[in-house]
Amino acid sequence: MNEQVAVAERMSSAKPLSIAILAMGGQGGGVLADWIVALAESQGWAVQATSVPGVAQRTGSTLYYLEMLPAQDDVMPVLSLMPTPGDVDVVIAAELMEAGRSMMRGLVMPERTTLIASTHRAFAVAEKEKPGDGIGNPLIVVEASEFAAKTTIAFDMEAIAACSGSVISAALYGALAAAAVLPFDKAAFEATLRASGKGIEASLKTFEVAYARAQNKPKDEVRASPPKRFEPLPESVGQPALDTLITRIWSEFPEAMHAFLFAGVKKLTSFQDPSYAGEYLDRVGELHRLDLANGGERQSFAFSMQAVKYVAIAMAYDDVIHVADVKARGSRFERVRSEVGARDGQILYLTEYMHPRMEEVCGTLPRRLGEWIEARPDLFKRLDRLVNRGRRVRTGTLFWFGGLYLVSGLRRWRRGTLRHHCEGARREAWLATATSLLLTNYSLAVEVLECRRLVKGYSDTHARGRSKFDRVLSALPLLSEREDGAAWLKRLRQAALLDEDGVALDGALKTVATL
Amino acid sequence: MAERSFAREVEGLKLGEGEVFRGEGILAITKALLQSGVAYVGGYQGSPISHLMDVLADAKDVMADFGVHFETSASEAAAAAMLSASVMYPVRGAVTWKSTAGTNVASDALSNLSSGGVTGGALIVIGEDYGEGSSIMQERSHAFAMKSQLWLLNPRPNLPSIVQAVEVGFELSEASSTPVMLQVGIRSCHVHGQFVAKDNQRPAFTLKEALENPRRDVDRIVLPPASFLHEKDKLERRWPAAVAFIKSRKLNEHFGPPEGEVGLVLQGGMYNGVMRALQHLGLADVYGNSAIPLYVLNVAYPLIDDEIAEFCAGKNAVLMIEEGAPEYIEQSLNTILRRRDIQTKVIGKGVLPMGGEYTTPVLLKGIKAFLDERQRALLRNQPPLPDPTPVLADPKVKALADVVPPRPPGFCTGCPERPIFAAMKLIEKELGPHHVAADIGCHLFSILPPFNIGGTTMGYGLGPASASAFNVTADKRVISVMGDGGFWHNGLASSVGNAVFNKQDGVILIVDNYYSAATGGQDIPSSRARNPRRNTNNSIVKAVKGVGASWVRQIDRTYDVSQMRDILREALTTKEKGPKIIVASSECMLNKQRRERPHFNKAVGEGKRMVRERFGVDEEVCTGDHACIRLSGCPSLSVKHTDDPLKDDPVATVDNSCVGCGNCGEVAEAAVLCPSFYRADIIHNPSRWDCFVYQVRSTVIRWLQHRRQASRIAFEA
Repeated sequence: MNEQVAVAERMSSAKPLSIAILAMGGQGGGVLADWIVALAESQGWAVQATSVPGVAQRTGSTLYYLEMLPAQDDVMPVLSLMPTPGDVDVVIAAELMEAGRSMMRGLVMPERTTLIASTHRAFAVAEKEKPGDGIGNPLIVVEASEFAAKTTIAFDMEAIAACSGSVISAALYGALAAAAVLPFDKAAFEATLRASGKGIEASLKTFEVAYARAQNKPKDEVRASPPKRFEPLPESVGQPALDTLITRIWSEFPEAMHAFLFAGVKKLTSFQDPSYAGEYLDRVGELHRLDLANGGERQSFAFSMQAVKYVAIAMAYDDVIHVADVKARGSRFERVRSEVGARDGQILYLTEYMHPRMEEVCGTLPRRLGEWIEARPDLFKRLDRLVNRGRRVRTGTLFWFGGLYLVSGLRRWRRGTLRHHCEGARREAWLATATSLLLTNYSLAVEVLECRRLVKGYSDTHARGRSKFDRVLSALPLLSEREDGAAWLKRLRQAALLDEDGVALDGALKTVATL
Repeated sequence: MAERSFAREVEGLKLGEGEVFRGEGILAITKALLQSGVAYVGGYQGSPISHLMDVLADAKDVMADFGVHFETSASEAAAAAMLSASVMYPVRGAVTWKSTAGTNVASDALSNLSSGGVTGGALIVIGEDYGEGSSIMQERSHAFAMKSQLWLLNPRPNLPSIVQAVEVGFELSEASSTPVMLQVGIRSCHVHGQFVAKDNQRPAFTLKEALENPRRDVDRIVLPPASFLHEKDKLERRWPAAVAFIKSRKLNEHFGPPEGEVGLVLQGGMYNGVMRALQHLGLADVYGNSAIPLYVLNVAYPLIDDEIAEFCAGKNAVLMIEEGAPEYIEQSLNTILRRRDIQTKVIGKGVLPMGGEYTTPVLLKGIKAFLDERQRALLRNQPPLPDPTPVLADPKVKALADVVPPRPPGFCTGCPERPIFAAMKLIEKELGPHHVAADIGCHLFSILPPFNIGGTTMGYGLGPASASAFNVTADKRVISVMGDGGFWHNGLASSVGNAVFNKQDGVILIVDNYYSAATGGQDIPSSRARNPRRNTNNSIVKAVKGVGASWVRQIDRTYDVSQMRDILREALTTKEKGPKIIVASSECMLNKQRRERPHFNKAVGEGKRMVRERFGVDEEVCTGDHACIRLSGCPSLSVKHTDDPLKDDPVATVDNSCVGCGNCGEVAEAAVLCPSFYRADIIHNPSRWDCFVYQVRSTVIRWLQHRRQASRIAFEA
């Protein structure tokens, strides 16, 4: 035993420096690991790198792990093939939630670990597929990293790489150099990049930008979502019809509502015309007066605030005319050019994927005619067979643009269409439900307005949204007398946004039924 | 052509005596094969040894220089059978595959091979796909070694040890007339390290010589009475010969002090993890010095009874560190000690978990518990252990669990399999859910969100076979899915032939992406590329017709979701009996992009007229329902929060990685989703005619747009 203890005393106290790289398959985590290996070897260090890429990892999370220490001539170190939680010096995460994952795995320690993370998001399927907003809150990751990491370098390295025409690994490598956790100078980092072969100039440029950025402003401010774009209400825009609308907002509504009202008025003027926006002001004005009469002031006009938003949304329903109008506008042509990165001298043509059905056609017909056809299922079916198929609309050609132009021109007759009539009837029914609750259960009335969020999409999706809306509101008789009715309705609405088929909603409805 | 090219790394295979080789584990193995004078190499790709196959393919010139025959085997069974060349002739051969999946497939040939025994060295390099990063069932290859009496090497996970294991493996095989398995873990395959190279060797005896001077010995064939002689030979001659070789060459290693109250016995592959755990406990250093005696089993099977007895004698206890279940080695240790009446206590799974990967924290906990119980004095100088628990327990870190999404692997951007499953989703909405038997390959990602399709998977090429019980009269048919890889591996006979013969009344969907895509894009018989060294372009449709299938439909563009859906509907509803086979073909997008993008960029650079397609979403039209994503899951189809105050939910967006495959538009059209999607055709280097037509069109369109804008009373956007 004494001998064993003696051995222990003779042992080296050297510890390897450890680096874990968390990336998604296809992000180039392996390239980054290779650069670091080449760098360490060029500086006379012994280095070991491993990974569990599994060729089939594809877009999934992957981990690369490196250990290194100064080489000794006669003996190779024994290095670990995997990170030990609580024992990692540098964690490099190629995406924000992967940084979160590294902390969940216990790889980031307050007294020890430098966390280098790109703050951009690549949303996972689980986040994207929710009918509502399933995006994970990035601030949770930021808060955790502020607590868990010794030092954090976090900014959008994907954007920097894209700007310089390179890949994120070069930006991460630049941030690693700037972090000064590896005892190698910047020139050594660059030399490794230069020796690596492909796309050297772009990589070096990205490296340089990220290096400077990590030194000057190592942390980006991360926001959960971009702020909503509210424009201040102008005094006048110099156009009589529009100025009338503006004046009405100034004079008829409290200031807190102005921004939303202006957004609504703008939207509806664009959707239809100024007089339609005037109808909107009439309607929300009425609702606001009801709100006032029912003690809304004490509630900071919560009812009016939601009415202003959702009545505008409900009035700007998504019909064929609207879609054609959006697609045919000149401003859209310009926006798409920049979105798809078309450069000067390049020609851009757009093809729209549309699938009109007889329902949409009927909705665009004059009300009586539309109803007449809808009342004859056989005829409807026969016409549907003619209409119902995918149409590839080549917007840049004269024939198809002409078609879109004509359909969007139907705007003038929109008020007479079947769809307009149906939307109006539905809207009034919904508002009647909400206002009927205003006196007895103010907060529930507000929630009823917010349920309009469930109605969205086109065709089947729209029908599904409607049915969810109806199902959620079907619980009202059970909730209207309850003080916590609003909280329950909110829960139902949230459940409805969790999955497509409304499984969560059915569960929530059952719970409500047992109240 | 495989996904990853090792053309540059292969240069390292030419290094000679005394030069330092730097690179990945799989490359080191290839180099070691050349240093050992191997005459032929075969195998079947699969993680973690896919890249080994790619390296071998890329090293064809180096191998040809040394007269080495390399073959991409049709399956692991074919690879194992290839080793029969070493039965009668003194040629060294090596094969490789992923284990245990591949070993299962190969085991028929392996049993025959090991029964008759070998003359030339036969080495099987198995990539043990176990623990983190694994894609298969968690089992041990050890059992195959025991049942067939194959020797199992499990070297320490560093390049010199792995290289030595290859070289000595051949010698051991020849010394004991027994095939040898060399087991390397996922991380060992990808570990970057270095070793001092030796010169490559030409095979001492060539396959040509063998062919021209055939030999036979009926006693080597597995047929009674020879098979009984084999058993006797295995136990009485080959086993002792192996033991003698392993002992004399000291293949198992000792570290640490020669004596001690306790000791650790470990598989070679566990060495680095154990050393790190000991380091944390203050009982070892990073240069391999240990305060505790270690007996490292670089040969995991057979065990050397004398060495074990010697190591254990005089110790009060040993800890057996053996990953995976059952604990075969620990059981053997007990037997060996019991037979010799040695009272040393064997502790193993008592303090270490029965299953799961032995990570450093797991080893640390187990070794500490062992020492606590058996020799606490050793822990006297223990430094503070790395402990993430206080950090993990903090509410700020715990809150991450709610926001960090799971990120399993999935279909790549533009994957041609996505529209197939989108069509199946549409059919599901129409005809209700069906029992879907899945297979092995990229298409198995269909079981995950957003598709959630597929009930079982029974093995490579066995999807339709696994549906064969459902061949009864019912109102719905069974659907089985199989990839082209699985089809050629095993599926043609076991699944399609079986279904035809038994008149299976189900739907068989063969996903043909032109490659063995999941393993890294290797060529297979139906690959469309021209491969000068292989026979490709063999039609799957002809093959299934050849085994008697009559209802066969070929789709040459899977992105046509409507057609895909219509054919599925027809297959599910037709009155015709027997298997309804749909071959859905489109090239793996990962490989297609790799092939075409450089050509595209080059052509654009040369000023040629080229059209690039990509998709986009009109934000104003999108209502944020995400139905399109639930029929896609494409990485480039994402969502974003919008600054529009009148939109609550994030809208769909297509990012710059879009390859313009068309799935978004086709799905939106087929499922009647919404008109938000557009395809943008960007014409690079437009011709004069292009410019003229565009000019004319734009002038008219712009005039109309201005006219409309002028008549519109609206706020500025």
